[in-house]
Amino acid sequence: MEAIEVTGLRKTYQGREAVAGIDLVVARGEIFALLGPNGAGKTTTVEILEGHRRRNGGDVRVLGEDPGTAGRSWRSRIGIVLQDADDAADLTVTEMVRHVAGFYPEPRTADEVIELVGLTAKKTSKIRTLSGGQRRRVDVALGIVGRPELLFLDEPTTGFDPEARRQFWDLIRTLAGDGTTILLTTHYLDEAEALADRLAVLAGGQIVAEGTPATLGGRAAAGAKVSWQEGDRTRTEQLADPTELLRKLVADGADLRTLTVTRPTLEDTYLTLIGARK
Amino acid sequence: MTSMSLARGHVEVLQFLRDRTSVVFTFLFPALLLLLFGTIFGDSYDQAGVSASQVYASSMLAYGILTTGFVTMGAGLAMDREDGTLKRLRGTPLPLTSYLIGKLILVLTMAVAEAALLILVGVVVFDMPLPDASHWLTFAWLFGLSVIVCTLLGVAVSGIVKHARSAGAILNVPVVILQFISGVFIHPITQLPTWLITVASLFPVKWMAQGFRYVFLPDSMKSLEAAGAWELGRIAMVLGAWCVIGLVLCLATFRWSEKDR
Ligand SMILES: Nc1ncnc2c1ncn2[C@@H]1O[C@H](COP(=O)(O)OP(=O)(O)OP(=O)(O)O)[C@@H](O)[C@H]1O
Ligand SMILES: [Mg+2]
Repeated sequence: MEAIEVTGLRKTYQGREAVAGIDLVVARGEIFALLGPNGAGKTTTVEILEGHRRRNGGDVRVLGEDPGTAGRSWRSRIGIVLQDADDAADLTVTEMVRHVAGFYPEPRTADEVIELVGLTAKKTSKIRTLSGGQRRRVDVALGIVGRPELLFLDEPTTGFDPEARRQFWDLIRTLAGDGTTILLTTHYLDEAEALADRLAVLAGGQIVAEGTPATLGGRAAAGAKVSWQEGDRTRTEQLADPTELLRKLVADGADLRTLTVTRPTLEDTYLTLIGARK
Repeated sequence: MTSMSLARGHVEVLQFLRDRTSVVFTFLFPALLLLLFGTIFGDSYDQAGVSASQVYASSMLAYGILTTGFVTMGAGLAMDREDGTLKRLRGTPLPLTSYLIGKLILVLTMAVAEAALLILVGVVVFDMPLPDASHWLTFAWLFGLSVIVCTLLGVAVSGIVKHARSAGAILNVPVVILQFISGVFIHPITQLPTWLITVASLFPVKWMAQGFRYVFLPDSMKSLEAAGAWELGRIAMVLGAWCVIGLVLCLATFRWSEKDR
C-alpha cells in the first residue's frame, strides 16, 4: 500500500479552482517534494491530505484512510508542520514540546527532538522570544515528536540560516532512513534537489511536471552547454552529448583552462516549466 | 484522555497567568467595580442590617462568573482559532473534548479565584456576613451551573466572532447590557419596567444574581426580588435549560478554523 494516493483532487474557493484535478502517488519511505509558485495550490493540497481542509472532488487515501473522516489513531500516525503558526507564544520550548508529546502513544522525548532541531540552547526560552527561524524549528520539533509514519512539511525551512538548513536536511534524511514517508513543499530548489526522491511541480492547481530531480521536465535529456576560449573568442556549443566534442578539443590541444560544461540546474528546468505556462 | 484534558488545563492556566494584562483586566475588573459601586452607594438601603455594598458584593458574583466564563471562553477560542492553536491541536490525536475540558478547567480555576476575591472584598471591606452551611450548598450548585452555562455560551458565541481583535468589543455588548437589566448593577430589579424584567428573565444572568443574593443576604431581602421570593427551584430550572441550549448552540456553531468552512 502506498502512503498517499490521490486521484482527480479538486478544491474550489468561492467558485474559483485552486486545485484543478491532480493525481499523486507517494510511496512508503519516499521523500516527495511539491514545488510551485506562490498560489499554485501547494498548501491547499497538503492541508487536504492532512485533514485540515475539505475537498470538492477526487479520491484521497492517506495511510489507507480518507483524511476527511479519519480519526485519532490515524492522526497519531502523521506529523504536521503547517506553513504558518504562532501559537503557544507564552510557553517555553520544552513545555510546548512536552505537552504535545503527551498526545501520542509512543512519542520521542522532548529533549531528544529539541536536540534534533538544534534548539537545546533555547529550550527554556518562551516561544514568543525566539527568532523567526528558531520559531520554525519548534514547529518542526512538534511535527516529529509523535514519531510519525508520514510527515507533512509545508515550507519547513523558511527563515532557516544556511547551517540550520543543512542540519534540517540531515534530520530529514535520518527520518527517511528510519522509514518515515515525507511530503514537503519548498521554494528552495536546492532543497528539493538535495532531499527529494521524487518531485512534482504544481502551477495553477495542476501538476505540470513530475519526476526525479535528475529527470524532471526532460532535464536529463536536455544535454549540456560546452564553452571554451579560442584566442580572444568565447565559443559555446549546446549538445545532447558533449563526449565527442570534448575528446576533439583535447586532441586538438585547445586551451582548456576556461572550459565549462554546464547542464540545466533544477532551477533552470523549473523556471522553464513555469515560464512555458505563462 | 483524562491526562490529556488535565494537561490542557495546566497549559491553559499557565498561559493565562503569563499574560499579565489579561490577568489584570479580566480578573481584577469585577473586584474593582465592586469597590467602586460599594463605596459610591454605601449604605443607601432602607432594609435593616443590609447595605447596598453587600447587595453589590453578592450580585457581582454573577458578573464575575459571566466575564470569566463567557468572555474568557469566547475570546480565548477566537484567539486559539486565529493564532493556530486549534489547528495545531486538530492535527494531533488530542480529542476535541480534552481541549474543551482544558478550557473549562481554566474557567473554573479563574471563577473560583474570582469568587473568592469578590467574597473577600465583600467580607473585609463591606462587612458582608458569611452564610451558614445550607446556603453554601446552594452556592455550590449555583456556582457550578453558572460556570457551565457561561462557558458553553462562550464557546457558542466564539463561532460568530470572526477576528480575535473584535472579540472583546462583541462579547462585552451582551455582558454589559445583561448586567444593567439583570439586577447586578441596578437593584432592586423592580425599579425596571416590567417588560424589561421579562426580557432579563429569559437570560441566565438575572437568575444567577438572584441566587447569589439568596446565598449571602438575609431572608428578608427576598421582598426586593421581582417575584418577592428567592425562587430557587426556578433558578435551577432556568440555568439547567440554558445548559442544554448552550450545548446545542456549541455543537451547531463550533468551527476548527476560520478559513475552511
Ligand atoms: N481559504 C482560502 N479562501 C480563498 N482562497 C484561498 C484560500 N486558501 C487559498 N486560497 C487561494 O487558493 C490558491 C492556492 O493557494 P495555496 O495557499 O494553496 O498556494 P501555495 O501554493 O501554498 O502558495 P505559497 O507558495 O504562497 O504558499 C491561491 O490563489 C489562494 O489565493
Ligand atoms: Mg503555501
